[in-house]
Amino acid sequence: MRRLSIFNVVSLTIGFVFLYLPIILLVIYSFNAGRSVAVWGGWSTKWYSSVFENQQLLAASWVTLKVGVLSASVATVLGTLSALALARFGRFKGRTLFSAMVYAPLVMPEVITGLSLLLLFVSLNIDRGFWTIVLSHITFTMCFVAVVVQSRLSSFDRSIEEAALDLGCTPFMTFFRITLPIILPAVISGWMLAFTLSLDDFVIASFTTGPGATTLPMKIYSDVRLGIKPEINAICSLMIAVVTVTVMIASVMTKRQEVERERAERLAVAGR
Amino acid sequence: MTVNPKISPPSNRRWIVTSIPYLWMLVFFLVPFFIVLKISFSSSEIAQPPYAPAFDFMTDTWNDTLEKLLTLTSDNYSRLFQDSIYFSSYLSSLWIAGSSTVMMLFIAYPIAYAMARAPKSWRPTLVMMVVLPFWTSFLIRIYAWIAILSEEGLLNTLLTSLGIIDEPIQILSTNTAVYIGILYSYLPFMVLPLYSTLEKMDESLIESAKDLGCTSIGAFWRITAPLSIPGVIAGCFLVFIPAVGEFVIPDLLGGSETIMIGKTMWEEFFNNRDWPAASGVAIALLLLLMIPIMIFQSNEARQQEAGQ
Amino acid sequence: MSAKTLGPVRRKFAPWNDRSAVPLIRIQNVSKVFGSFTAVDDVSLDIYEREFFALLGPSGCGKTTLMRMIAGFEVPTSGSITIAGQDLTDVPPHRRPVNMMFQSYALFPHMSVEKNIAFGLEMDKLPRGEIAARVEEMLHLVKLEAFAKRKPHQLSGGQRQRVALARSIAKRPKVLLLDEPLGALDKKLREETQFELLELQMTLGMTFVIVTHDQDEAMTMADRIAVMNHGQFVQISPPAELYEQPVSKYVADFIGDINLLEGRVTKNEPGTIILDSEMTGSRIEAVGESSAGMGDKVWFAVRPEKVAISLEPPRDPTINATEGTVWDIGYVGDVSVYHVRLNSGGTMRVSIANTQRVVERPISWEDKVFLTWTPDSGIVLTR
Repeated sequence: MRRLSIFNVVSLTIGFVFLYLPIILLVIYSFNAGRSVAVWGGWSTKWYSSVFENQQLLAASWVTLKVGVLSASVATVLGTLSALALARFGRFKGRTLFSAMVYAPLVMPEVITGLSLLLLFVSLNIDRGFWTIVLSHITFTMCFVAVVVQSRLSSFDRSIEEAALDLGCTPFMTFFRITLPIILPAVISGWMLAFTLSLDDFVIASFTTGPGATTLPMKIYSDVRLGIKPEINAICSLMIAVVTVTVMIASVMTKRQEVERERAERLAVAGR
Repeated sequence: MTVNPKISPPSNRRWIVTSIPYLWMLVFFLVPFFIVLKISFSSSEIAQPPYAPAFDFMTDTWNDTLEKLLTLTSDNYSRLFQDSIYFSSYLSSLWIAGSSTVMMLFIAYPIAYAMARAPKSWRPTLVMMVVLPFWTSFLIRIYAWIAILSEEGLLNTLLTSLGIIDEPIQILSTNTAVYIGILYSYLPFMVLPLYSTLEKMDESLIESAKDLGCTSIGAFWRITAPLSIPGVIAGCFLVFIPAVGEFVIPDLLGGSETIMIGKTMWEEFFNNRDWPAASGVAIALLLLLMIPIMIFQSNEARQQEAGQ
Repeated sequence: MSAKTLGPVRRKFAPWNDRSAVPLIRIQNVSKVFGSFTAVDDVSLDIYEREFFALLGPSGCGKTTLMRMIAGFEVPTSGSITIAGQDLTDVPPHRRPVNMMFQSYALFPHMSVEKNIAFGLEMDKLPRGEIAARVEEMLHLVKLEAFAKRKPHQLSGGQRQRVALARSIAKRPKVLLLDEPLGALDKKLREETQFELLELQMTLGMTFVIVTHDQDEAMTMADRIAVMNHGQFVQISPPAELYEQPVSKYVADFIGDINLLEGRVTKNEPGTIILDSEMTGSRIEAVGESSAGMGDKVWFAVRPEKVAISLEPPRDPTINATEGTVWDIGYVGDVSVYHVRLNSGGTMRVSIANTQRVVERPISWEDKVFLTWTPDSGIVLTR
């Protein structure tokens, strides 16, 4: 068992304090009874109750959630198909352009993606609103799904698929019975990544939205522009709580699976 | 021996799998760029959509189009170079993104290194801890810094109450706040690629260097550092490219002194409603980022191939 | 290969029997504990200069941990390691007169073959000319002159192995540690390389310590072999002794193929031990000494090639003989192995050399056969 050197421990500690301190402060101050961001006025949950009375905030959250689930689900299908094409089909016509189109959005500044999509919708005369946001989110999140799934696909032993084909399984069924179950964890994390990216997006949604479709980040942004509001602290803390719990559950579940597999392997080695 | 027909290459069906995402990306990613390009050559009009198309491909002859293109280039694009606001915002975007990328490398490398050296059982947890803040909203993280950095914010309150400063110092609405914002928001983008190259590295390489007489520090510079270069390249571009076009951070944390190209474009679009100008800025930004994006992609492709 | 010429030198080499000889490596009461797992359990060992020493055992037996402690990558939980009179227990790896050839080869992927070999010499801050000369010499030694500028990924497995070897001997260490050096090579290449390694060790006059789980490899190359299990040495002996006089069933079974005939001691005199065996349905008379008491359960261990097989009954079927049915015959090329089901239900293996190309095989499947052996063909084991 190796021990971390003092240098390593210090850099980890400083790194994590830097990452977490702002968020922790934000959560603590969401319970502040006073309006100030710095002066502590005692514990209170009044900002939380005012969040639940704020119809605009609730409506925006609902829109965001719907956009997230819809776009993440479509993006997962499209992203997985892209990953299959890139990782499994070798060289096909137009592969270079395709892989460029899949990788470019990962680093493309959001303002460019947002503007270009808006101009597309305008020139196609599509009414902007909920659905245009969904289309935009599918487009930029599917690339992230593709990258996540592709890295899983390229790391797993292809002979497993070949064995299935050899045993008479059609390529189509091989995908559903062999490939998909193996890459499923990557597909699921791809979905989660697409979902959170969609929840998170402010810039692209601002460009592609139309009347009546306000997402939560857009609402938070306009509130922040007007000044600090303790209510925002509360809604932010709620979002953090949801994300943290989800990620924790997911990681505990994978951890448990791992532990169980390890134990099974150890028993198998011991010949029991 | 009979050939199982099912094993024959299924290339005839593959095009279906490929064509769906391919078409999607063509329609929603590539075509829009040509629309932006086209509009960037148009003249601005206060209408919905607020631009007058520069060319009509149906009626114009090719010569007409070329002529118009030449005159229009000197219209919208020359403004990009003549108007000092554009030029300086390009420069300052590059400067801010570049210097924060370098700072980020120095902050992220020790963290990634420590993560890769940690006992194997800790590593997934450490990775999760780096990624976790990234799963919370970007706006939330920027907002948290507003509360810390503002004049009546936590940092100033703390420093005044400790007697280190008498008057609150202005950090919010300065470039310093923008740097802090970028460093904070993009940290995982630098840490994770560095970590993945460092973690993949065979530890026996380091042991073997030590075995041949290298000290720990010597082994770092001669073995670890050169071998982590792909991770450094990936991390730097993952931070640099989006940071150049960043809008939210300069808008919320920066002040009037902060000029960044993403913000300039946003203002052209939403405040001045000058779509052609915004499109011109976008195209220029894209050209500016073309080279870094291409370097990034070839680095990624090389990594992918090396891994297979 | 010139293995024959090494014979006379190797036969005479036995410093471990010489009480006045000073060992090069001295391992004294060394233990290594990882959490609750004891990888190496209080072992002591002397290794002499110019010796080719093999640590042999199944995976997880502690052999690699012991080697890593000699190299300095692990610090012993207790005990001490001395090399050439210098206590190295707490000396970091880069200051030890020991080099290691890694199982994975650990070639630096961003450096050419040349640079890899020069690495250790550069660490010693040798003058440039000398480094170049030494690299040249090493490349010649491993026959890789033509590949000096290549990167590791442009080499075959065997070439990589040789670069790793050249790199680890370039510094002329007192001791070279080899961690499964041939594990990644195919069988034919492995056999060739075994002799190359031997020759190299002779010409360099270096002390080699090799870790392996392959008994053939250890038997072919080593002057002495330490068989390890559960972090302890089971036996430390030259190969022939290990084969002919294993101290336990574990060693007997680990080294080569063996028949273990269970029985109870009915007579134990200096020079002769007699067992009663239900397995063979006869008495077993063995030559040698044993600590076993009367009535103890012991095993007579006899190698398959030392058992005779015949269709004719022996003169005296009550002593050193048994009978059964041929159940299977394995043709291995140079030998045929007969699996014989004994009447008691046990199984014995007998191997017969195929000395003639076309054998008119008198013994076939289902044949009733008689097996016999001589009193000095095996050894009595008590554990």
